[in-house]
Amino acid sequence: MSTDSAHPPKATPTGFISTSSEWSFPLLERFDHAIRRIAHNDFGLDTYANQIEVISSEQMIDAYSSVGLPINYNHWSFGKQFVATEQTYRRGQMGLAYEIVINSDPCIAYLMEENTLPMQALVIAHACYGHNSFFKGNYLFRAWTSADAIIDYLVFARAYIAECEERHGQEEVELLLDSCHALMNYGVDRYQRPAPLSLAEEKKRQQEREAYLQAQVNDLWRTLPAGPDPVAEADERRFPAEPQENLLYFIEKNAPLLDPWQREIVRIVRKIGQYFYPQRQTQVINEGWATFWHYTLLNRLYDQGLINDGFMIEILQSHTNVIYQPPFDSPYYSGINPYALGFAMMRDIRRICEQPTAEDRHWFPDFAGQDWLKVLDFAMRNFKDESFIAQYLSPQLMRDFHLFAVRDDDQEDHLEITAIHEEAGYRALRASLADQYNLGSREPNIQVHRVETRGDRSMTLRHFRYHRRPLDDSATEVLRHIRRLWGFDVRLEAVEDSGRVQLVAEA
Amino acid sequence: MSHFIDRRSSSKNKSAVNRQRFLKRYKDQLKRSVADSVNRRSITDIEGGETVGIPAKDLSEPVFHHGPGGQREQIHPGNKEFIAGDRVPRPEGGSGQGPGRASRDGLGEDDFVFELSRNEFLDLLFDDLELPNLVRNQLLGTTEFKTIRAGYTTQGAPSNIDVVRSLKGAIARRTALGAPYRGRIRELEQELAARLAQGAPEQDPLVLELRAEIARLKTRIAALPFIDTFDLRYQAFTREPQPSSQAMMLCIMDVSGSMDQNRKNLAKRFFILLYLFLQRNYDTIEVVFIRHHTIAQEVDEQDFFYSRETGGTVVSSALNLAHDIITERYDSSQWNIYAAQASDGDNWDSDSNLCRDILIKQLMPLMRYFAYVEITPRQHQTLWYAYQEVKRAYPHFAMEEIAGAEDIFPVFRELFKKQEA
Repeated sequence: MSTDSAHPPKATPTGFISTSSEWSFPLLERFDHAIRRIAHNDFGLDTYANQIEVISSEQMIDAYSSVGLPINYNHWSFGKQFVATEQTYRRGQMGLAYEIVINSDPCIAYLMEENTLPMQALVIAHACYGHNSFFKGNYLFRAWTSADAIIDYLVFARAYIAECEERHGQEEVELLLDSCHALMNYGVDRYQRPAPLSLAEEKKRQQEREAYLQAQVNDLWRTLPAGPDPVAEADERRFPAEPQENLLYFIEKNAPLLDPWQREIVRIVRKIGQYFYPQRQTQVINEGWATFWHYTLLNRLYDQGLINDGFMIEILQSHTNVIYQPPFDSPYYSGINPYALGFAMMRDIRRICEQPTAEDRHWFPDFAGQDWLKVLDFAMRNFKDESFIAQYLSPQLMRDFHLFAVRDDDQEDHLEITAIHEEAGYRALRASLADQYNLGSREPNIQVHRVETRGDRSMTLRHFRYHRRPLDDSATEVLRHIRRLWGFDVRLEAVEDSGRVQLVAEA
Repeated sequence: MSHFIDRRSSSKNKSAVNRQRFLKRYKDQLKRSVADSVNRRSITDIEGGETVGIPAKDLSEPVFHHGPGGQREQIHPGNKEFIAGDRVPRPEGGSGQGPGRASRDGLGEDDFVFELSRNEFLDLLFDDLELPNLVRNQLLGTTEFKTIRAGYTTQGAPSNIDVVRSLKGAIARRTALGAPYRGRIRELEQELAARLAQGAPEQDPLVLELRAEIARLKTRIAALPFIDTFDLRYQAFTREPQPSSQAMMLCIMDVSGSMDQNRKNLAKRFFILLYLFLQRNYDTIEVVFIRHHTIAQEVDEQDFFYSRETGGTVVSSALNLAHDIITERYDSSQWNIYAAQASDGDNWDSDSNLCRDILIKQLMPLMRYFAYVEITPRQHQTLWYAYQEVKRAYPHFAMEEIAGAEDIFPVFRELFKKQEA
């Protein structure tokens, strides 16, 4: 059943861990132990310690609605999410995930109590060893999140926001959070990362920050002239000196009218948004990695005679459901399945290492025929979806998936098939698929262009259009949120590829 | 190492707060939706929870998105026949199927639909409504008592001993009574230590004496009783006279030939709304059904709503029967009496004035509230005008007109809306 060819000779059967489908805590521990042994010793996966929690389906719905975080502040939007999830689940329109795993140290994984024992084993391998090692190893997670501090930070955030609600009223805090949430994806400094902080430090710093920030802002907006200074008058300096893409940070530091507690809440939303920043960019590679490892680890369990045929068949049945990729004309099609693509790519890399063809050697001279464990580990550590696809998507895989590219141009009457899985199309296909996962092309590029420090204090944002794509109608709504935070007029301008600038909206 | 935790027994209502906030935020939309659904649905559904919808656009959380337009390239799997350079017509409607873009812009106008629990539903349904003229019957006699906690006492039945409280008292007593001994022991021990430090031998008489004294004091402390009758505290209960919280609801309906099933259904909806509303205000409610054509009868619910009768109409017969029932069985000093009457307005001509007199002289003084709904698309008849006189005489008499199902809830709200003080 296993296609693993690099196996050591089959170990002598040590007896099945269990042949029943009912799970119990002792059995889970035995499975965890066996999987850990294989993951750590045989394949050298480096993981955080695991904290595995078994929860009921109601608790899973709870976990869904706080965006998967174990603790979060209160907000109506989470309630909306909860209601929606509960409803679709109750009507049977949607199954719940088998697990949720949280990028923290120790790595928290939630297992559903409804899962059968084979499913629990699958989930432990997938989440507690696959995702876990990805969180620990991938450069984006290392740079952007502090696994050891996130839970502490969430505790701080929840307490702080609750305190603000008490002091300033729930409604006011809610309005502020609404506005911040609208900008949650625009709260990342792509070029620097903050140092990790403990809960105590965070509290202390918050108080210092409060005092200091207010002083800074007041200085920026000082209205009393410091005396006649004709040079300064003439030097109409631009603010900000460089365009700023981190809108939340810019508002937190520079909005003239926010109170210190409001700045702190902006900061909390920004920090939590930042925590999710790597996840948005590593769907394919992260899921691919975890799926590859549950498949590999459980096959090894099977080869060592620790699980029986029936057990393995249930696992494979679930596995094949997860990696199913419907074709574009299927009624079930909803884009490329990240599990399918990621898993196929991981397997493909292993194949190229173990059984390279002439084509593979031509396309991937640097790793064809190398040790697959090292190559995969390198890929996991140093890539995100976009670069992973740009680097590793092989012609073989494009053929297997029958990929093709369609260009939709609103100035043309027809859609055009620009490339298919053939010699002439491989590079274009690969570049185009990689671009599809590029955050820069998925999310509109909006930057703070200019603030009138001397005039009406208005802020001008610029949207740099990508392939002439406009913003959708919700932009006006978002702009109103920005205005609420900024306190003065906000303008949104669009910059065409040609450089032409036009006003889109004003609030 | 891996650490397993069984969280299944921990609370599962982590999202309750967020859910409440969501409902609160969209209260207005929900109220509209609830009002709609009351009119749309069969009345028996109201007993359970209710499915309500809010227009999805009201709920949106805006973020910057790309809108339709511009140029975009998408990769799709499963190519069968395309070759590079093919041109295919753009699929209709941006359904996201076929080689089109997965549509984000094709967001339906679908409602965001979800289930409210019965209580949430009723809260929204009866929000801002109140029972008019709500004077809880304060009783002078000993009709109704409720036992409530009243702190602690030093005497009582053994079954009412409050263990924690008693033991707390015991600790305090032992601490207080033992304090002088302990102070003295400390002094003696210091003295003893000083002696020994000076090199006094164990057999020194003073040392022995000190040791004996310390031992004696320690036995005194040990002899303090662990618990004393003095420490015992009993939970105290007291009986408090309760304002009566029972209500009697009188449903009066005309079942003469002119009231067809459709009108009866409308009346039924109105009665059930009233019943649910009263249920939220009173612990116990008794409902009395009186139907009438030329003669009135007290019947059960099934007969009230579904039996078919024909004949003329004499409203006063029902009012007389109501009066008899109240005087016989429902003492108005103990019962809050509400009445709702539904009719199509037909009445025996000379009977209307009689009705007016019965109401003004006999019934209204006994009532908390009397609501009359006339279910008719036609012109008012004598009963309506007679009742208008009652309305002038008593502020807690209300009358409204219902033309169709869509009127029921607005009329109900009108009848029970909060009175501005």
